[in-house]
Amino acid sequence: MFSLSPLELEAIQLSLKVSLWAVAISLPFGIAVAWVLARCEFPGKSLFDALIHVPLVVPPVVIGYLLLVLLGRKGAIGGWLYDSFGITVAFSWQGAAVAAAVMAFPLMVRAIRLSIEAIDTRLEQAARTLGAGPIDVFFSITLPLTGSGIVVGVILAFARALGEFGATITFVSAIPGETTTLPVALYGLAQVPGQEGSAIRLVILSIVIAFAAMFVSEVIARRVRRRISGT
Amino acid sequence: MTISVNIRKTLGALTIDAWFECGGGVTALFGKSGAGKTSIVQMLAGLMTPDNGRIAIDGTPVYDSATGLNVAPESRHVGYVFQDARLFPHMNVRRNLDYGARRNRDRAVSATGPGFDDVVDVLAIAPLLDRQPHLLSGGEKQRVALGRALLSTPRLLLMDEPLAALDAERKWEVLPFIDRIQRDFGTPIVYVSHSIEEILQIADTMVLIANGGVSAAGPVEEVLNRPDLLRAAGDGNAGSVIPVQATGLDPAYGIATLSFAGGEFRVTAPDLAVGERLRIRVRARDVSLATERPQHVSVLNVFEGTVAGVSSAYGPQVDVSVDVGGTMIWSQITRKSLDDLSLQPGAKVFAMVKAVAIDRPAGPP
Repeated sequence: MFSLSPLELEAIQLSLKVSLWAVAISLPFGIAVAWVLARCEFPGKSLFDALIHVPLVVPPVVIGYLLLVLLGRKGAIGGWLYDSFGITVAFSWQGAAVAAAVMAFPLMVRAIRLSIEAIDTRLEQAARTLGAGPIDVFFSITLPLTGSGIVVGVILAFARALGEFGATITFVSAIPGETTTLPVALYGLAQVPGQEGSAIRLVILSIVIAFAAMFVSEVIARRVRRRISGT
Repeated sequence: MTISVNIRKTLGALTIDAWFECGGGVTALFGKSGAGKTSIVQMLAGLMTPDNGRIAIDGTPVYDSATGLNVAPESRHVGYVFQDARLFPHMNVRRNLDYGARRNRDRAVSATGPGFDDVVDVLAIAPLLDRQPHLLSGGEKQRVALGRALLSTPRLLLMDEPLAALDAERKWEVLPFIDRIQRDFGTPIVYVSHSIEEILQIADTMVLIANGGVSAAGPVEEVLNRPDLLRAAGDGNAGSVIPVQATGLDPAYGIATLSFAGGEFRVTAPDLAVGERLRIRVRARDVSLATERPQHVSVLNVFEGTVAGVSSAYGPQVDVSVDVGGTMIWSQITRKSLDDLSLQPGAKVFAMVKAVAIDRPAGPP
């Protein structure tokens, strides 16, 4: 009978918790940024666009280090958070979620932005003439029609968060029971001689979880598409 | 109910400078494509902002550059039926119809808007209610779009070539519904079109748009009796529109007699009933002129009249208006014939009408 060791169970739970939180906190921002990039013209837009894409092109370790500098207890933002609210995100699972969210953000924005750009703005005009204000139009027309893009963005971001390693280990290190997500735990095992068996088990677990996530998301995506286009 | 428009807007090479007023009923904006018709209705709806000017609906300004007023589209209560139906793809027909209705519910109580069942009934869309928009035909989509706009209890309904995307058959399927909307619910309609047939069928007032400006405005019969203007607006079938009454039938030949102020037309129309009132259209190019009463001709309709005027536009063709007992009949002849017959205002002529088009009942006079 296949059973999980406490360490494996902990890694899975941590990974899922960190990834879900990473996606949950970045989704509202992701939609907002995607909408701004798809619909607004302003000076410095290409700079803003490039900034959003930084985590995609810079080594994850660099992002992790930047997060440490900014959000560490002595960092610019982290220091203020600690002094005013007593909150520390560095070296905690919340920090791992932040690192995963930052790394996954460009993928999420990209998918949602493409889907917003594909919406016929004339539908939104029609909604205005029917008595819907701009915010009403966003929630009743734009957002539902972005549905499939949001699902794709969430899947991509979740998958990216699940596999996040470089920024995580730099920002929050590998604290057992706190920040040892699947990739971090696997790295730890790979460093110790004689642990190949345990390492392989983690590898298999990672693959199974990734496939399960893809399968579930595909089912959801299909359902959303059918609801919108009826095909 | 009056809509007064006085707006200016520069759009690339086209400068719109439009001034007109219209009342209830159906007002047609007629002109070539690119003349600025769509831009004018978009400014009425608030989807485009004029450079300056004023728009008032029923005495309430919705745009006034002098005071900086620009009411948002959702607060203008102006319905808009687009050329492409623009149904929301993620909602079924019922939810599409409800979209505007739900957002105007508090107004609908005070305003005398048509009810859901009435609209569904008039537009014959009850069997479509649970369908998704992509499963509808073009004509069905357009009827649903009409219903959706109507159910938002608009003070004014704008229709931007609502039939242009439909084939001829579907067109005649939707047109009677627009006519019924006006008669059953009394919502004033501004109807953009470049089809004289559509306008004759449903419009009461007509505004001719050419190069962004208004070249003529008034009752349909009046504007349509200005072929020079109509031609400028892009209509090759310009002519006279004459209200008539069927006064006799000759079943043996299948010929009906239609009386008008200046005489009688005899036309092949076996299905008319005596006493019926109609609008007929005589295209200028179907009317020839003679200075003596023609003998032994096959043309049934020959009228004696006097030349009232000759269009000043220069070209190989001229439009001559002939006064037949107070009714104007236009004739398009060559400039050469004009000179050969030396036709001058006041000259006695005989107008031979080769073809007559019968349009919808003109309604009570």
